[in-house]
Amino acid sequence: MYVDFKKHLQAELEKITEAGLYKDERVIGSPQQAEITLTSGQKVLNFCANNYLGLSNNPELIKAAREALDTHGYGMSSVRFICGTSDLHKELESKIADFFGTEDTILYAACFDANGGLFEPLLTSEDAIISDSLNHASIIDGVRLCKAKRYRYENADMEDLESRLAAAQEQRFRIIVTDGVFSMDGNVAPMDKIYELAEKYDAFVMVDECHSAGVVGKTGRGVTELFDLRGKIEIITGTLGKAFGGAIGGFTTGKKEIIEMLRQRSRPYLFSNAIPPLVAAAGIRMIDMMTETNELQDKLHHNTDYFVNKMSDLGFDIKPTESAICAVMLYDARLSQEFASRLLEEGIYVIGFYYPVVPDGEARIRVQLSAAHEHEHLDKAITAFRKVGKELKVI
Amino acid sequence: MSYSSNIKELYRDQLKNIRDAGIYKEERFIHSTQDADIEVEFPAGSRLKNVINMCANNYLGLSSHPEVLKAAHEGLETRGYGMSSVRFICGTQDIHRELENKVTEFLGTEDTILFPSCMDANAGVFEALLTSEDIMISDRLVHASIIDGMRLCSAEHDTFKHSNMQHLEQKLQLHADKRIKMVITDGVFSMDGDLAKLDEMVELCEKYDALLFVDDSHSTGFIGKTGRGTHEHFDVLGKIDVITTTFGKAMGGASGGCVSGRKEIVDMCRQKARPYLFSNTISPVVVAGVLKVFDILSGSTERRDKLEENTKFWRKGLTDAGFVLKEGESPIVPVMLFNAQLAQDFSKDLFDLGIYAIGFFFPVVPNGQARIRTQISAGHEKHHLEKALDAFKKVGEKYGILGLSKQEIIKKYGL
Amino acid sequence: MENIKDLVLEYVINEYQEDEDDEITYDTPLISSGFVDSFSMVSLKVFLEKKFDISIPDEEATPEAFDSVNKIVDLVNDYREKK
Repeated sequence: MYVDFKKHLQAELEKITEAGLYKDERVIGSPQQAEITLTSGQKVLNFCANNYLGLSNNPELIKAAREALDTHGYGMSSVRFICGTSDLHKELESKIADFFGTEDTILYAACFDANGGLFEPLLTSEDAIISDSLNHASIIDGVRLCKAKRYRYENADMEDLESRLAAAQEQRFRIIVTDGVFSMDGNVAPMDKIYELAEKYDAFVMVDECHSAGVVGKTGRGVTELFDLRGKIEIITGTLGKAFGGAIGGFTTGKKEIIEMLRQRSRPYLFSNAIPPLVAAAGIRMIDMMTETNELQDKLHHNTDYFVNKMSDLGFDIKPTESAICAVMLYDARLSQEFASRLLEEGIYVIGFYYPVVPDGEARIRVQLSAAHEHEHLDKAITAFRKVGKELKVI
Repeated sequence: MSYSSNIKELYRDQLKNIRDAGIYKEERFIHSTQDADIEVEFPAGSRLKNVINMCANNYLGLSSHPEVLKAAHEGLETRGYGMSSVRFICGTQDIHRELENKVTEFLGTEDTILFPSCMDANAGVFEALLTSEDIMISDRLVHASIIDGMRLCSAEHDTFKHSNMQHLEQKLQLHADKRIKMVITDGVFSMDGDLAKLDEMVELCEKYDALLFVDDSHSTGFIGKTGRGTHEHFDVLGKIDVITTTFGKAMGGASGGCVSGRKEIVDMCRQKARPYLFSNTISPVVVAGVLKVFDILSGSTERRDKLEENTKFWRKGLTDAGFVLKEGESPIVPVMLFNAQLAQDFSKDLFDLGIYAIGFFFPVVPNGQARIRTQISAGHEKHHLEKALDAFKKVGEKYGILGLSKQEIIKKYGL
Repeated sequence: MENIKDLVLEYVINEYQEDEDDEITYDTPLISSGFVDSFSMVSLKVFLEKKFDISIPDEEATPEAFDSVNKIVDLVNDYREKK
């Protein structure tokens, strides 16, 4: 059998390659930090990691992880409700709830799983899910696994959202679902207006804080801090795989009954191991650090402002951003690829994104800032952008 | 607004129903490493209790093995804590590739792709490979994550009776007109511990021109002469098109899974499998630990041999005591009690005697097939198993089920 | 009528009975008792549609409507009349 299937797959893979969409991995031989070493031996500055707070190689997190290895071992070899729950898991769940001002938290192996297992246990075919068109793939998969009626509104378009809410009045319950920060543009969902509409049309709200937790808001508590809605959003999902240390793991935090229901019915929680204890321990340390001082959050905000301002001054076309994501617009797919590979030669590692990841004709370089970046790193990147920008006649 | 009123009440009612039905899932907090002996807080807030763990997937006793811990420590030092990125942006280290190659070599396949968990591997693999022109034919008892993966795939699906090769053949004939036919099974079934008949399935797949998919999560590391898995046991190495498996059970038990198999299949997963594209892969520290696990297993079959001996001892002990077991040869040994309440009470009494083993009942297993699922580990010493046997006998005596047949237990306790 | 009933019962026994000890009758709960998981229900629906040349909308193919041979026969008759 495999002979035919092999031919079929080879043809498909060829199509992907011809379309220029073949995904290749760049292999890193060092820890994740501002300066990384590729296996080619080249040292480059990393501007494409979700390492927003610079914690991916933080000594204190590593120390906490190492201590947990000694006290709690390596793996749990079990799902949570059989014999896979350590005291560290419970402690982290309660710390996350405190951090976001919510009632309870449930951990998952990844935020992909948190989103994938969120909707089915809570909603039935009598209910409605009203989802932003640019929501993350994992939310889309979660919605696909749920029987509720689906509505979709244009990205952050409140008029469109309102009309969908009005159309969904016949359903029993309505939930509005949005990313906090949209990962390709870096714009923030208008949570204040979403909340108002939810009140007006009797809906509740879920926000995915993957790119906003630790980043957005004065103390990094995410979009609920930015819009002064702490404790008011029913469901927040987030990840430990980006700003929060970057290892692995996700969570859903929110109303008590919702979390309790997820513990009974959410399939990725019931059928997969939780995060290893050492990741829970580092997570606990991470939240403690963010509570003790605002240094990392402040530094990230400063770095972002500095970079965005300098780049705008140089004449680059930058998407308005309220996060640590800075989209440098180039519009042309080929140009975005050439620009990125020239930057790599200059020692700056960024990725050019183009259709279908972003809309056709909106190719760009996505720069992600980090508290791990020092001024000299930012200046080096800005200089490289200027050089390549002039060369390629972008500025 | 709507949450505080109706929804809250709806969920409260549903949760109450779950409690009333006796199927509310409660966590027990473990304060020690995962091992044969563990320290448990249960119920929440009570004093720590030392118990013998008889229900972990820690088949090889590697979850807190000193060499694995040492490797993890070193991994943290040399490769840091997190990658903060998906694989194809800036989330791939040299050790991720190294692990993929190790898995490929160990399983005797062509290539391997890592996933954050085997749940994610199963959730993403079908959609990446099949379309509405194709058919998935799965065993009725495959794992929930496979079911979710199939739900996310537009290919048609059908099922065959558990391990019933005649029924499978009928289904292969029925769907002969489909472009791609994929037969889908677990290698070892998690609730009963029985092995899929992979030799016969390979034959059928060859005869009817179908692909064969095996989830070997409950076999990798210990089933087969050198622990390669169910395919080694049935002498069909190299003949399985897709294998998925986990590092979250025997292989150290931390986290992570993979798809391993034909080169093009793995390549296609790298292009299209959503959990791979949209989620971080396994953290470097976990990779470092799993690499060490492969070293340990490649060097010696001591641990899987010990597991086999322990399993034989345990099965014989329980059988001699007069329990009804599900037949099998894997370290999953279900003690059949049939009645859900009896399974719950039995588990609780065991815990009081220092033995940690969980009762399973509908909907996790079919109605009327409630049981205590015991899982044996190479981490168990004779004295652990003897103590556990004593406890099982005591509780079995208390409920008067020793020596009773299935029908007699059902007669005594109902279904 | 009887004919449909027997056809469905025969199919259900052939398709879902795992253990000779388990008796399946016209009234045996199929899904709520775990004989048929909701996933295998799909093949049952396909069988009914092919055999009786009807089309059952997904929203009508609920676990409740498929929960016994008798209920299934009612459902089939509904859609045969609608044809």
